[in-house]
Amino acid sequence: MSMDTGNDLQGLEYSGSLKTELTLALPGGGGAETPTSGSKRGFSETVDLNLGTRSDDEASVVTQTHPPKAQVVGWPPVRSYRRSMMKSCKFVKVAVDGAPYLRKLDLETYSSYQELLSAFEDMFTCLTICDVMNEKKIMDSANGTEYVPTYEDKDGDWMLVGDVPWKMFVESCKRLRLMKSSEAMGLAPKTSSSKGSSIN
Amino acid sequence: MAYSFPEEVLEHVFSFLSSDKDRNAVSLVCKSWYEIERWCRRRIFVGNCYAVSPEIVIRRFPEVRAVEIKGKPHFADFNLVPEEWGGYVYPWIVAMSAAYPLLEEIKLKRMVVTDESLELISKSFKNFKVLVLSSCEGFTTDGLASIAANCRNLRELDLRESDVEDLSGHWLSHFPDNYTSLVSLNMSCLGSEVSFSALERLVARSPNLRTLRLNRAVPLEKLPNLIRRAPQLVEFGTGAYSAEIRSDILSNLAEAFSGCKQLKGLSGFWDVVPSYLPAMYSVCSGITSLNLSYATIQSPDLVKLVSQCKNLQRLWVLDYIEDSGLEALAASCKDLQELRVFPSDPFGAEPNVSLTEQGLVSVSAGCPKLRSVLYFCRQMSNVALIAIARNRPEMIRFRLCIIEPRAPDYLTLEPLDTGFGAIVENCKQLRRLSLSGLLTDRVFKYIGTHAKKLEMLSIAFAGDSDLGLHHVLSGCESLRKLEIRDCPFGDKALLANAAKLETMRSLWMSSCSVSFGACKLLGQKMPRLNVEVIDERDPPDSRPESCPVERLYVYRTVAGRRVDMPHFVYTMDEDAALRFS
Repeated sequence: MSMDTGNDLQGLEYSGSLKTELTLALPGGGGAETPTSGSKRGFSETVDLNLGTRSDDEASVVTQTHPPKAQVVGWPPVRSYRRSMMKSCKFVKVAVDGAPYLRKLDLETYSSYQELLSAFEDMFTCLTICDVMNEKKIMDSANGTEYVPTYEDKDGDWMLVGDVPWKMFVESCKRLRLMKSSEAMGLAPKTSSSKGSSIN
Repeated sequence: MAYSFPEEVLEHVFSFLSSDKDRNAVSLVCKSWYEIERWCRRRIFVGNCYAVSPEIVIRRFPEVRAVEIKGKPHFADFNLVPEEWGGYVYPWIVAMSAAYPLLEEIKLKRMVVTDESLELISKSFKNFKVLVLSSCEGFTTDGLASIAANCRNLRELDLRESDVEDLSGHWLSHFPDNYTSLVSLNMSCLGSEVSFSALERLVARSPNLRTLRLNRAVPLEKLPNLIRRAPQLVEFGTGAYSAEIRSDILSNLAEAFSGCKQLKGLSGFWDVVPSYLPAMYSVCSGITSLNLSYATIQSPDLVKLVSQCKNLQRLWVLDYIEDSGLEALAASCKDLQELRVFPSDPFGAEPNVSLTEQGLVSVSAGCPKLRSVLYFCRQMSNVALIAIARNRPEMIRFRLCIIEPRAPDYLTLEPLDTGFGAIVENCKQLRRLSLSGLLTDRVFKYIGTHAKKLEMLSIAFAGDSDLGLHHVLSGCESLRKLEIRDCPFGDKALLANAAKLETMRSLWMSSCSVSFGACKLLGQKMPRLNVEVIDERDPPDSRPESCPVERLYVYRTVAGRRVDMPHFVYTMDEDAALRFS
């Protein structure tokens, strides 16, 4: 196969009067396959497949089962728009005691309680997260009211935010409420802990 | 002999010509026809924003009413074009704001659009009617607010698949209370909530509203009220299609849908709860276009829905539909023209669904009008491709993505050359083709020999040598766009076919074997091409000339080299040859 194609290529004339110092060579002879230091040459370099050099054995090698691969940039060709749209999305309502409005946020965009707290700060600009005796608390800086983040879970119970692993929380949270500390006394944490309203 | 046919008559005749090809032909007949035509051309299509400058367009066509411009190359969709490459629309808007006060339509694709541009549009064109931003980026909801506030005659605002920075949902409230001319609104790409009451009021005062595509944040419970206010809708896109399962919500929604007697297109369907699908059954018989490509529901639910859409012409769906679902589709939807099957788990190592080449073969056999296919799957065979080709010789677009690069025919372990060869040999009207799987130079010989109507070709991880590229460039007479990644194509074929590149819109090559020296030579010898080396490493002249470039983008232009290139884009021209020597 490669010998035939080589002869065809040697018969080519350049279009116009394009002279070149590049010489024709048979495929596989190093003409087309220049060594690639530092270039993004390599699907075969980036991916954990047993491909080695191009050869007729390629076909049989590819069909062997192989471990999970490193991702090639832009392959498969799924648009980034589509990929971001496919990501699961969990919108929950967020209420703040004493405030007339409800907001919504997508829990899937955060990966930790810390990020969620920052989101509260961004969303409700009057609130700040303060460090009080090594605990993070949510406070309304205008009047000093302290809030405790709570959530309603799948069973309809109101729980304190922060006691279960993040992913479990995202899974079970139906909506959020920033409750005034004074009203949160009755809420028991899901797991027993000494300080009721601390967030790790 | 004096030519005495009155200009007004010629102008009137020309006014019936809408195709650019026809108008371009007319303008070449003689100088006076050129003059008459250029004064009455109302629509301009610029397929590559760098192929021409706004000044050149305006000088030739002074009375334009509608402009369509495309920016970044197609592979930008897959992150192969670095951020900041270009495609800025602002210079166009500035020039047109002065030259075309009567401009009515702007349609942009893959361009960078700023809030500044949007504001300038909203203030410059008193009769502005249509804004379509397809896969654009660079603007925020503040820019949308300017459009809403200032464009009194706006008919269409379509943000399809654009990347919008969502500062707030209040932009929608900027449409004045006396604004009633909305015909089409597509905000499906927006992340955050819009004010729902503002949306309801807008819909209620838009008697001509035909297309409404909501974003994911609009909950299902709100749909009935919206739909009831717009029973004349032709195209509707839902938000998240989920809610607690309650029969009152279901019946409310079903009743609302049943009022939409003209509904032809449905889309949206994020987060689908299957129990709510029956709400749409009453409109299914009229549906011609169904986009379920975000609906993560299983095959039985998909089949129940789709098999009721007897007049379906276009279906976009995830591979959850599986081979069995596609067989059912083939049995029910005899008018199907376009099928797109997207991967639900493109990066998974193992298949998560039972979707193979068989599904596509079934549809090709059962749907006599099928002519446009986009299909992601994990296995393919030559016999399947040959069957598809023989079943559907009138195929126009065939884009196949076998997820594993260089995957061979799974039955014979051979390359898929003969399969794709059958496609190009049988489908003589083929205009667009995307290849995948294990392919040698032979497939390109078939393509060069048979694909005479092919206009766009996408190649990845294929071929053995320059001969492959040479077959395509020398054989495909109608080729306009060629995009190649990770193929062993180098200098020889490119330089041997340099003149061909002037007959095409553009050529993209990334992770191939084209040397910097060849790029310089090409740029030097072909002054009417822009030869862009896009390389994010150290400057190309810090390496030997024989080193391959990361990416190469070559396009014909009458505007000369770009002036807005970032540091990692190098234009090869006569100066470059001197600069880099």
